[in-house]
Amino acid sequence: MAAPGGDMQWCFSQVKGAIDDDVAEADIISTVEFNHTGELLATGDKGGRVVIFQQEIENKSLPQFRSEYNVYSTFQSHEPEFDYLKSLEIEEKINKIRWLPQKNAAQFLLSTNDKTIKLWKISERDKRPDGYNLKEDDGRYKDPNSITSLRVPVLIPMDLMVEASPRRVFANAHTYHINSVSVNSDHETYLSADDLRVNLWHLEITDRSFNIVDIKPANMEELTEVITAAEFHPHQCNTFVYSSSKGIIRLCDMRESALCDRHTKLFEEPEDPSNRSFFSEIISSISDVKFSHSGRYMMTRDYLSVKIWDLNMENRPVETYQVHEYLRSKLCSLYENDCIFDKFECCWNGNDSVVMTGSYNNFFRMFDRSQRRDVMLEASRENSKPMQVLKPRKVCAGGKRKKDEISVDSLDFNKKILHTAWHPQDNIIAVATTNNLYIFQDKVN
Amino acid sequence: MSFATAMEVNVEARRILAVSISKLYASRSQRGGLRLHRSLLLSMVMRSARDIYHSSRESEQPNGEQPATEEPMDTNCDPKEKARLTPDLADTSADMAPGVSDKLDESDCDITEDKENLSPAKQSRKRRGKASAAPDFLPSKRARLEPGEERYAAPVGSCRAGVGDYRSALTLNQVIPAF
Repeated sequence: MAAPGGDMQWCFSQVKGAIDDDVAEADIISTVEFNHTGELLATGDKGGRVVIFQQEIENKSLPQFRSEYNVYSTFQSHEPEFDYLKSLEIEEKINKIRWLPQKNAAQFLLSTNDKTIKLWKISERDKRPDGYNLKEDDGRYKDPNSITSLRVPVLIPMDLMVEASPRRVFANAHTYHINSVSVNSDHETYLSADDLRVNLWHLEITDRSFNIVDIKPANMEELTEVITAAEFHPHQCNTFVYSSSKGIIRLCDMRESALCDRHTKLFEEPEDPSNRSFFSEIISSISDVKFSHSGRYMMTRDYLSVKIWDLNMENRPVETYQVHEYLRSKLCSLYENDCIFDKFECCWNGNDSVVMTGSYNNFFRMFDRSQRRDVMLEASRENSKPMQVLKPRKVCAGGKRKKDEISVDSLDFNKKILHTAWHPQDNIIAVATTNNLYIFQDKVN
Repeated sequence: MSFATAMEVNVEARRILAVSISKLYASRSQRGGLRLHRSLLLSMVMRSARDIYHSSRESEQPNGEQPATEEPMDTNCDPKEKARLTPDLADTSADMAPGVSDKLDESDCDITEDKENLSPAKQSRKRRGKASAAPDFLPSKRARLEPGEERYAAPVGSCRAGVGDYRSALTLNQVIPAF
């Protein structure tokens, strides 16, 4: 998939979202996900809405004209709720969207906020019935005395209408805030994870779920670790992993016992004592875990780095990439402005050769594992001319700043890229800034 | 550690403690409720800062004089706060830092008991602690005082545990503006 002859070049393709700098909180993008073919791209926002973009298929035969993504469907997935028992407001923000593999004409996705998961069906309607016997075209009932003959209604074409309807609501299973949802490779079950528990659901059954991991201590005062992310293995339906705030990943096999509190494998890298600081614990907390498409590796993201783990080696990662090492000396300021709590996600490309993650100042990074090369790019309106090639960016940690470099102190920490997604089969990436969605593609010569 | 660096570290630790307390307090009014993960991380930073503060205080006092012990506080604040801020009564501060760390580290997520087959009594998930003296649904909201200590008028809605515990570390003048 890499462009022949070396470095991939990325070009601007599209940007979605409002242009003005005044960002409405409800428009803040909170999740981005391609479906399994890459034809659909879903985003969720803080206002509880889901917007789905579809790639037009007309120009598939001409590779240099990759089709654009246009709005396909928009719907309100979650509304704000109030828990009267605890006097707590439940945010409508969409934490995760996961697509189900397509089985028929309709598309299905799971969307979740802090407490409730919903299964949405997105279906197309391009025909409507015409020629009712008892009703006029506008819906008014005819006078029965005026009907003198019968006819069979026919289906006639109409403008495409995309409808989203909630098919299942999976509620009341999480005491703490849901951070992950993952569909199993059996296509029948899925898991949902909150800070202390992981639950297993059947897609057809909403009134019960099985608790498969429970790390809540008997005495909450002894709590030292929470679950930060969880994911099913892409091929082995009995295997899943969950990451923790301590930087530990546990792999569990559901065949071993009903409650998977005992891990099958535990992945942890010993801490480097020279890097110890007040904030060592915070920056080692894992914010995302993703299996490779092959199922052989998994990737974790903590505050400063991305690590690739081989599932067969538990004592250390096989690769470690520093995302923004220049921030290590700024951890105190980042603690004060809350940025140290930001949860960055990460993703693999289709053939697991490149990984991508976001950073600050609307920068995002790609690490090419096979070519041992990495690049930092920027998503900005200034670089938004059609097919404009993105220039690599560099941050100067200290000392003399070269031309075109940006110094650490000039970085805008309000402009963060937390969510990125890579098309499963093509070199198209979706990068979410605060309220805009950028789509880039590689330059095809 | 030289006296000068101990002072710097001391000041830094106190500053981080003050910032952390104000964050903890602010998170209580956040939309969506208390975030357990965030509260846990905040309490870990506070513990590190407190440990470092105490060990730098030690090096400030080479004549072996012990810094003031911290009083345990009854609280219905975030339970994480309590875990971090209530060391063993019997220990002095000097022993406290490693002692508390050890005690907390022991209770790591290595609970290997068979949860499925525990007797109901053992399986109880009730929060034990000083509040269990009173009925569970009426936790004590007032700080337990040591003999000779006075109760001060704290601002309404302030997080008493946070303020009280660090009385030795921070003056009220420094902490209350944080609220």
